[in-house]
Order: sequence, then structure tokens, then C-alpha cells
Amino acid sequence: MLFSGKKKLLAVLGTMVVSTMLFAGCGGNDKAASTDKAATDLKGKVSASGSTALLPLLKPAQEAFEKEHKDVTVNIAGGGSFTGMNQVGEGAVDIGNSDVFLPNEYKDKGLVDHKVVVEPFVFITNKDNKVSNLSTEQIVGILTGKITNWKEVGGEDKAITLIHRAKSSGSRATIADVVLKGQQFTDNASIQDSNGAVLKGVATTPGAIGYVDAPYADKSVKVLDMDGVKYSAQAIIDGKYHVYGYGHMYTKGEPKGAVKAFIDYVMSDAFQNEYVEKLGFIPVSKMKK
Amino acid sequence: MEKDFIHQRKIIYDRYVRYLFIACAALMTIIIFSIIFFVGKQGLMTFTDVSPIEFFFTDKWNPLAHKYGALSFIAGSVVVTITAIIIGTPLGLLGAVFMSKIAPKRLRNIMRPAVDLYVAIPSVVYGYIGLTVLVPIIRSVFYVNMGYGVLVTSIILAVMILPTIISISEDALNGVPKPLEEASLALGATYWQTIYKVIVPSAAPGILTAIVLAMARAIGETMAVQMVIGNTPLMPKGLFTPTSTLTSNIVIEMGNTPFGSAWGNSLFLMALVLLIISLLMILAIRRIGSRRYS
Repeated sequence: MLFSGKKKLLAVLGTMVVSTMLFAGCGGNDKAASTDKAATDLKGKVSASGSTALLPLLKPAQEAFEKEHKDVTVNIAGGGSFTGMNQVGEGAVDIGNSDVFLPNEYKDKGLVDHKVVVEPFVFITNKDNKVSNLSTEQIVGILTGKITNWKEVGGEDKAITLIHRAKSSGSRATIADVVLKGQQFTDNASIQDSNGAVLKGVATTPGAIGYVDAPYADKSVKVLDMDGVKYSAQAIIDGKYHVYGYGHMYTKGEPKGAVKAFIDYVMSDAFQNEYVEKLGFIPVSKMKK
Repeated sequence: MEKDFIHQRKIIYDRYVRYLFIACAALMTIIIFSIIFFVGKQGLMTFTDVSPIEFFFTDKWNPLAHKYGALSFIAGSVVVTITAIIIGTPLGLLGAVFMSKIAPKRLRNIMRPAVDLYVAIPSVVYGYIGLTVLVPIIRSVFYVNMGYGVLVTSIILAVMILPTIISISEDALNGVPKPLEEASLALGATYWQTIYKVIVPSAAPGILTAIVLAMARAIGETMAVQMVIGNTPLMPKGLFTPTSTLTSNIVIEMGNTPFGSAWGNSLFLMALVLLIISLLMILAIRRIGSRRYS
């Protein structure tokens, strides 16, 4: 009697544990998020998602901002530019981070664009390549597949292998916009899913060319000059180097309260001057209009 | 009275445990069906924007210009899988014959866990080895430009499917009744003749099951494939041309593709195609399996 009672208790407990485990995944977040803290100046939550290229910049912004405003919680997730624009359009997050301007499908969602940073791109090649400067025209030729051998642009007789990003990538969209200006990329290219993978592919494949966000380019590859201009932050500020996009933070309607404060903080001189250049981006404020 | 009570409790207890099992079984069924339902619903929505003929029979993939031809991905998946089977089956089958019929018992006891170890290696490690070791080798041995492509992917997949082929074929070979083997030997056949004329044909359904299971594994493999195939959205034209598979294209594009757009839906449709291919393979295995005992 006693024994069977115990057994039953065990079974009930077991069932409870199993079902708790099964359902623990749901709803946990809401509980954590809804615990409000005492008010001082600003309070609330700021949620952002989107571009992974902007993540390294926004993480320090989040930390510094939360230190200044103790009652504000900032959540920043990745997911990609389109995820960000999608989620802010649906109202799932307060801020959608993106490397690209709004595509047409998003134009009617009332999103407001905040350009927070300039993201420069560089063209990189494998180290065995003898060419160190390409004209825009030559790069367009390579990207569209009209130029397929390095000897056509003054190098040795070696096939050109284009390694770059997927069709859904913000980086690719930026290059298509500012370099190709509407022409189509050749499909005859190897596609990698991140800046790091492109870098590795170009570094290990003879005759390879690709593009990455400037902060990613390291000693394993050769950075090309464009139209005789060597890449530098100053060259972009002076308007001599044209391959860059903007880091956008989109909000649905004009931002208010903590969301506005956070975007203002990211765009403030204090933050822009301290972090932006250190991370290889360029402050928007320095751009000549 | 007291005894009756205990008996009653036991019956109730019994019933509740049964409910628990039913609940678990139901949950499993619900999960798999909701996955199929979700992928199917999302995938089939593609056809509101794209005609099935365009999706399945053209190879121009450029969603930004509203071109949704997925033939190159389907072809890539099929070609890579078949090439992997062509490389992997002889290796795996001979290995299974060796382990089942030839190897001394002690060696067999070492080899079995070694084969199982293959499964424990994460696919990203296979991909990484392919990328850093195999690709440069292929580049220098065959004088090709890039090294990425069908061949390197198939070699890696062949290695990844080996444990499936070996262990299931070995079970099938072990399951061949001993008297068959003995009769063959008694009739004067050599051991080798016995193996390839009697044992292997008798085990054929099991071996076929192994191959189909291996195909299912190969066609669904994502990470390792994505790292070495080159992900070029073009039809596979040879062993050394980079191409794309259904899985590699899904993983490359899903991160930045708006959910619910024609583009996002078409990725789900690719997942649905994979799901259907796998389903057909499982049905095929069931047919092969039932034939064995009839």
C-alpha cells in the first residue's frame, strides 16, 4: 500500500518533470522581459535585430548605453539585414538593422531610415596575383564575367575565380548597387555565406578575387587599389573611394523614448568618435554631403 | 478489502502509464506532421508567384530578377549523391564482407567500434578537412582552378555514408543462413565464389537497404557539402565544376531572405522537395525490407 503510493507519487512527479521540460521552452522569455525596474529617467526595452555586419558596432553601444541608463534593457540580435527589416516592419522589434536601403517590398511599411555608420568594402585577391590596381571598368568586367583571365587586366595568364556572397547578402546588394550599377553578377562564381568564408576562400584559391567589409581584410589576402586609389578611411571621406554602403537602423515610424535615445546615442559624437573608427567603420558625420 | 484496493490502484496506475506512452507517441506524430505541414504549406505558397515548370525545369536562379529556376540545385543534389554512392558503395560493401566473413574475430572487435566512430565525427569537421586538405590536393593533382565542386563533395559524402553502408550490409551478410554457405563450399565452390555467388546475392535486400539509407543521408547532408561544393548556382557540368545542392542553397540564403516572400517560400519548397525525396526512399526501404521475408 505504502509502496504503491510511493510509486504513484514517483510516476506523477516524473510526468510533471517531463512535461515541464517539454514546455519550458515556451514563454520563458516573456516572463523575464516583463519584469519592470524602478524608474529614474528613461526606462523600457529596446529590441533590435538584423545585420551581422553591424553587430560588432552595436554590442559596445549596448553596453555603454545600458551603463548610462540603468533602467533600459537593450537586446540586439543578428539574423541578417532582411530579417531585421522584416521584423521591424511587422513590429516584432523596435529597430531593424540593415546594410542596404529598403527594397521596394518594404517601402509601404512606414519605416524610417537612420544612417548610423559608413561601411566600406574592399576588393581582395589571392596573394599570388601580380595586379595591384584595377579600374572600376575592369572590376565590373570581372564581376559580370566578361573578363575571365588575369592577363586581360595586365596580370599573368591565370583564370580568375570570383568568390563572393549569396544573392541574399547585403554586401552583395551594396556592390551591385555602387559598382555594377544595375548590371548582373556572373553566376559562374563560388558563393560563401560570410565575410570570413570569402576571405578564407580568396586566401587559399589561386587566381581568386572577392570583396569583403573592409575591417575583415587581413594579411592573408591582397587588397586592390581602385582607379589608382588605395583604400583608406580618409579616401572615402574625401570622396575618392566610392565602394561603401551605409549601416541603417530602421524604425517603424519616428522613434520615441528609449528607442530614440539609443539611436541618438549611436549617432552621438562621443560614440562615433570612440568606437566607429576603431572597428573599421567610418562615422557618418565625417562624410561630405 | 485492502487487497482489492491495492489491485484497484494498480489498475489505475497501469492506465495512467499507458496514457503517458500514448501521449509520447502522439507528441512524436504531431511533431513530424506539423513539420511536414509547415514546410509543405510554406513551400507550396511559392506556386502563387512561380510556375512549377519554372521551378523544376529551368536553371536560372535569380530571385532579385524574379527567376526561380531550381533545376541546378536539384540536379546538384542528385549528381553529388549518386557520385558519392558510386564511390562509397564498393568500399563499404567490401569492408562489410571483410568484417563479416574474412576478418578474424579479434580484428572484427576492433573494427566495429572504429566504424561507429565515423558517425561521431560532426559533419562540419568533415567539411573542414575537405576544405583544407582535399581541395588543395584536388587542385594540384588535377590542375583545376578552384578545386571546389562535385568530386570533392562526393568523396567527403562517400566517407560520411561508409558507416551506414558497412554496418547495415554487415548485418545483412551475417543474417545469411549458415547452411547456404556450407552447401556452397560442400559443392566445391571456393570461398571467394561462395561470397560473391551465394552470400552477397542472398543478402542483397539488406545491402540495397543500406545503399538507400546512405543515399538519404547523403542527399540531406548540409554543412560539409556547403563548405566544399562552391555554391555556384549553375548546373553541374563535370566532376570539377562548382555547383549547388538543395541543402547548400537553403543554408546559404536563408539568413537574409525575408520570410513569407516568394524567395523565402521557394527555399521552403526546396526543403519540401528534399523531404519528399527522403520519404520516397524510406518507402523504398520498406518495400525492399518486406520482400526479404516473403
